Amino acid sequence: MATSFTRMMRGRNTAMILASVGAGSLAAGYLLSDSAAAAAATAAERQRLYPPSADFPDLRKHNNCMAASLTPAIYARLRDKTTPKNWTLDQCIQTGVDNPGHPFIKTVGMVAGDEESYEVFAELFDPVIKDRHNGYDPRIMKHPTDLDASKITSGMFDERYVLSSRVRTGRSIRGLSLPPACTRSERREVERVVVTALSGLKGDLSGRYYSLGDMSDREQQQLIDEHFLFDKPVSPLLTAAGMARDWPDARGIWHNNEKNFLIWVNEEDHTRIISMEKGGNMKRVFERFCRGLKQVEHLIQERGWEFMWNERLGYILTCPSNLGTGLRAGVHIRLPLLNRDPRFKKILENLRLQKRGTGGVDTAATGDVFDVSNLDRLGKSEVELVQLVIDGVNYLIECEKRLERGQDVKIPSPIPQFRK
Amino acid sequence: MPFGNTHNQLKLKFTSIQEYPDLSKHNNHMAKVLTPELYERLRTKMTASGFTLDDVIQTGVDNPGHPFIMTVGCVAGDEETYIVFKDLLDPVIQDRHGGYKPTDKHKTDLNAANLKGGDDLDPNYVLSSRVRTGRSIRGYCLPPHCSRGERRAVEKLSVEALGSLTGDLKGKYYALKNMTDAEQQQLIDDHFLFDKPVSPLLLASGMARDWPDARGIWHNDNKTFLVWVNEEDHLRVISMQKGGNMREVFTRFCTGLTKIESLFKDRGHAFMWNEHLGYILTCPSNLGTGLRAGVHVKLPNLSKHAKFGEVLKRLRLQKRGTGGVDTAAVGGVFDISNADRLGFSEVQLVQMVVDGIKLLIEMEKKLEKGQCIEDMIPAQK
Repeated sequence: MATSFTRMMRGRNTAMILASVGAGSLAAGYLLSDSAAAAAATAAERQRLYPPSADFPDLRKHNNCMAASLTPAIYARLRDKTTPKNWTLDQCIQTGVDNPGHPFIKTVGMVAGDEESYEVFAELFDPVIKDRHNGYDPRIMKHPTDLDASKITSGMFDERYVLSSRVRTGRSIRGLSLPPACTRSERREVERVVVTALSGLKGDLSGRYYSLGDMSDREQQQLIDEHFLFDKPVSPLLTAAGMARDWPDARGIWHNNEKNFLIWVNEEDHTRIISMEKGGNMKRVFERFCRGLKQVEHLIQERGWEFMWNERLGYILTCPSNLGTGLRAGVHIRLPLLNRDPRFKKILENLRLQKRGTGGVDTAATGDVFDVSNLDRLGKSEVELVQLVIDGVNYLIECEKRLERGQDVKIPSPIPQFRK
Repeated sequence: MPFGNTHNQLKLKFTSIQEYPDLSKHNNHMAKVLTPELYERLRTKMTASGFTLDDVIQTGVDNPGHPFIMTVGCVAGDEETYIVFKDLLDPVIQDRHGGYKPTDKHKTDLNAANLKGGDDLDPNYVLSSRVRTGRSIRGYCLPPHCSRGERRAVEKLSVEALGSLTGDLKGKYYALKNMTDAEQQQLIDDHFLFDKPVSPLLLASGMARDWPDARGIWHNDNKTFLVWVNEEDHLRVISMQKGGNMREVFTRFCTGLTKIESLFKDRGHAFMWNEHLGYILTCPSNLGTGLRAGVHVKLPNLSKHAKFGEVLKRLRLQKRGTGGVDTAAVGGVFDISNADRLGFSEVQLVQMVVDGIKLLIEMEKKLEKGQCIEDMIPAQK
């Protein structure tokens, strides 16, 4: 790949230097620390042998955000750059090259290997982010963070319709590479930092960690029955990005004793945090979510760590689709009449909501129960998004009740995208 | 695989023990050899193209192993891998290739005239004959590690060289990404088409990146000589035909290979080869000759005999289903081929197959007549 060739060119230069000082044969190999040393001298040689056009991927059959934004000119400017940890553009886009895309769903097609990826490769990430997040422009806009659950109103749903409520997000530990790029030691360090912090949680948040590699059969079955267990990713979107390497090393699941606060360690992100419970008390779910998040953040800060965050992009996660809040707040809901109404799709769209099957993304609804959640992640705060879900779901329930009574429903006016 | 863990400078700030993979549940050649001490010695090294120890072993870390088959668990990213990481690969090679020592020399013999017989395997039993090998082009990284530019350069060179073949070797190239539906169906019907790898053993090493860019199939007009470009190796070369004339298959194989090699040389490129390891390929299991010579043969009675496995072992042969490795036999028809790759020449291996198949057919005939085969069981080769 492009980076390997950079090293080969650097290596050849280094070989000449080493040979001239009599440092031994090629057979000894090169020390990794040499690779940075000869970088500058080889750029010209590399351009001559393999110009960026030779490496530019064939994206003619592709339908993802990366392919829509990556031009030969951008590729030429970014190909030879690296983040401070040596992550390259080719590594960011490999998943998008290997997965041309779904005809109906436009996938993102690139990932970050570390926090700096979003800066070093901003020329490609920024238009991709804009494409994916409805025009949010990281160059000029700021993302609001608000985890004050007390601001939520009307957060209790009619439980004749809402079966369960859930809020999830992700957090990354600053200073350690993200799952596509991390070494085994970095991944183990993420696990250590997070598990140590979680062991400091008390009261209704106190709980236990289950390492994927060390789990007993009985524990495994229990976690499967509770719908907590995550498996090695099989989606080629994820495996092509390299995040399944070394499975199941340093992966695990933590949950509190009450089984309504759950954390995944080292799956697609450093951490995924989930607050959930049966029934319609979304306000309580979000309150526990915010409280838990703040406590975990405090516990890692005590030991000198922090979450990846900046005011341009909010919380930094592996996939650009999860930037900002990384938040998906949703319910499992039964709306048999509205579901069959031809206007349902438009109603959801205007409310900035999304319908999924009860198995999550890319699953089908079973027996009229489906998952409804926010579409947006970036450009609106956590409080705004959860309130939007609450107001939207309440509207849907109103529609269902009206249809039950033989009354008509109205398509609501569309919610504006960003605060002007 | 050229991912972050291999280029991550931060890795060296952690100790070797912190980085050492958990191989406690693993059963592959790499896991048997890679001790923490060896990991520490090799982890700071890399080849000139930037291939590191972690790149070599990623597939073995991600695939703990097959319960019945001992997989290799490592791959090469370039020719130099076998030198820079010899402390890991030599013992793996020794284990995999029947005790082949780091000081041993490998013989190459592609003179088909040196084969004795082989043109008369009984066609009532032998349905088809086939010889395959691989070749790598010196100066380019191997499939786990190559850039798109390199892979395309390998394709371009190969297509040019193959385009110069004449006579019964004259043929055509079909790029995987440009194939029409009609061409694709024809290649499937001919059993020529290869697909994107799905085996996690291959995917974990990074050789399926950018699929199907710069991958393709070339075959001659007679459909008896076939070359795969940029699948698991730079080139896989296959000679095959219906019936039992292995001699003709092998002759065409040697002629074709030799021609291709000289066409590459004309353009300033050599195949990767050295006198210790023979032809250099991606997987250590294919070193030496990289040669698998085999037949599809009907052995319904012999295959049910209690000593079948033992006989094959002594003849240094291996059985597979007719779909290739990891498939089942159908209707008493087996794929029988040489078990060895390294330490024997091409002629020697094909001779073993020819002589071995002759004996197996004779045993089958005896069993058909209800006779005993105990006195025919050979000594260990």
